[in-house]
Amino acid sequence: MSLATESTARSAGRFRVARSRRNVAWTGAVALIAVVVLALFPYIVYSGTTAILVQAFIVLTLASMWNLLAGYAGLVSVGQQAFVGLGAYFVLILAINGISPFAALPFAAIGCGVAALPLWWLVSRLRSGYFAIATWVLAATVMLIIEKFSSIGGGTGMPLPGFAGMDPALLTAYTYWAGLAVTVVALAVIYLLLRGRLGLVLTAIRDDEVAARSSGARVGLARMLVFVVAGAGCGAGGAVLAISQLQVQPGAVFSVQWTAVMAFATIIGGLGTIEGPIIGTVVYMVLQQTLASYNAWYLIILGLVAIFVALFARRGLWGLVDARINVRLFPVGYWLRVDSERPRRLALPRRG
Amino acid sequence: MAWVNAIIQGVLIGGLYALFACGLSLMFGVMKVVNLAHGDLAVVAGYLAIGVIAVIHIPVLWSFLIVVPLMALLGYVMQRTILQGALDRSVLTTLMVTFGLSVVIENGLLQFFTANSRAIGTGLALVTGSFTIGSQIQIGYLPLVIFLVAVVVLLGLQYFLSASRYGRLIRAVADDKEAAQLAGADYRHVFGIAAAIAFGTVALAGIAYGMYSQLAPTTGTDTILLFAFAAVVIGGLGSLWGTLLGGVVLGVAQQIGAQISLSDELLAGFIVFLAVLVLRPQGLISRGAQS
Repeated sequence: MSLATESTARSAGRFRVARSRRNVAWTGAVALIAVVVLALFPYIVYSGTTAILVQAFIVLTLASMWNLLAGYAGLVSVGQQAFVGLGAYFVLILAINGISPFAALPFAAIGCGVAALPLWWLVSRLRSGYFAIATWVLAATVMLIIEKFSSIGGGTGMPLPGFAGMDPALLTAYTYWAGLAVTVVALAVIYLLLRGRLGLVLTAIRDDEVAARSSGARVGLARMLVFVVAGAGCGAGGAVLAISQLQVQPGAVFSVQWTAVMAFATIIGGLGTIEGPIIGTVVYMVLQQTLASYNAWYLIILGLVAIFVALFARRGLWGLVDARINVRLFPVGYWLRVDSERPRRLALPRRG
Repeated sequence: MAWVNAIIQGVLIGGLYALFACGLSLMFGVMKVVNLAHGDLAVVAGYLAIGVIAVIHIPVLWSFLIVVPLMALLGYVMQRTILQGALDRSVLTTLMVTFGLSVVIENGLLQFFTANSRAIGTGLALVTGSFTIGSQIQIGYLPLVIFLVAVVVLLGLQYFLSASRYGRLIRAVADDKEAAQLAGADYRHVFGIAAAIAFGTVALAGIAYGMYSQLAPTTGTDTILLFAFAAVVIGGLGSLWGTLLGGVVLGVAQQIGAQISLSDELLAGFIVFLAVLVLRPQGLISRGAQS
């Protein structure tokens, strides 16, 4: 027996590998209660409140997807509005053909995931900054192509059919539940993906891409998977957007402001953690609601805050919380517990 | 003949696209910064020119002498402060910061100057004047002058980088900033100078665009940045000749598209860009290892 294995065997009893430093069973329970309470909201609050929450669900879904791209896979996409728009248009096309917009929602998400494959093929050979602008060009191109079809509204868009004769109160409630469901599914998918093999591969790539490659990590495949999932997620967000607005307008759904919103919410909340976009969405919604009467000011302030955070508080607001109380609501890493001393983190800290 | 005319107009506007693109290309080549606020800076320069002309009542062409150095100075200061700060952290941070700047500038312009588009009125015969060749081909003096200025600037920049002493220093820093630092070069200062050149050229292009067409707060991203980037990719990274060729190819594609149907102008340009990305990702003129 070599010295190394012997010492490993001898000390095996004193080490334990855990998902989290603290017990997170209670966070799971709290999350479950939160979802149940949120699901009951249409019965207890006014429709104005649920409308604001639907907006928050859309922003949270989009921000979580952007976080998956930029925070975990290092892909800064400025063209995610392509998928927001495509998701909205998939719902519109299916609704024109007589399918209920709510039933069309999952198909819109899948359709956007499929559409992400050829788009990935086009931009995958570009790195960092050029990838960013290329996705932007792609989004502009997708919009120009969609605008050519006058049967789906051409350059001006059209109202979403399929709601005729529906009780407005019921429509508001269904829209709210659709938004909530999309957000919960999106967060669950991201959490499970990052907990699994993909999360490990992405962490390896983030720390050292060459080393990850030479250890057999399929870097290209992992990035493609992330791009497809993010495409589907942003598509689902766009589908909810179309349903909540009751119309689809190319200039609005393909606006680069969607990417600005998801990027700012993610950066302010904390890039590279699942909790970050949640905090960021709260900040975004508060700013947007308070400054709603001052036109574009909320975007200017958000942009300035995001620049400041990117430069001086790189782990965002959640990073500040995490540094104090050291807790993860969505543990995706590993902790090495040494029984005799204080637990230490196994995963290396993010590169500075 | 209409087609020949479209191609000639495309070549002329292509020069302006190349002028937009060279700053983007330079900043990426030297400091590996992709400035997502590049187009918005051009719009800022255009608005500055409008403001300067309105306030101190100088002839239009004089506004270049004020705005271009001012933007170059801004470039140096920004590079030495927030861009260098972002660069010291990571490439990802530079993207987030410049994207943030882009959104802030665009919405700031929207807030203070409304969404209306503005043109830089020159009041010169040069702008509206044109000469004709045959019966169909009409060449405006302004597009021709802009094209010639673009060619001169790109050639000058190429010569500056490849033959001058300071150009050599910039290339040395671009190749290996630590090694250049060891040899006594202050790479942060060199980065600042490169940013100043990039901001100066984009200011020049922005004012020229304001004379040629119209500027609105969103012009910076949905037109200038995307066209400049398409020109860089079509031409091939790391070559200013390639950028000029890329701009011309993009301009010609757009004009031919417009000839087919007026609404196809933008789409035709982007489709050529995507075709190059698929068929010849290294660009039309490739420097191979210098990508």
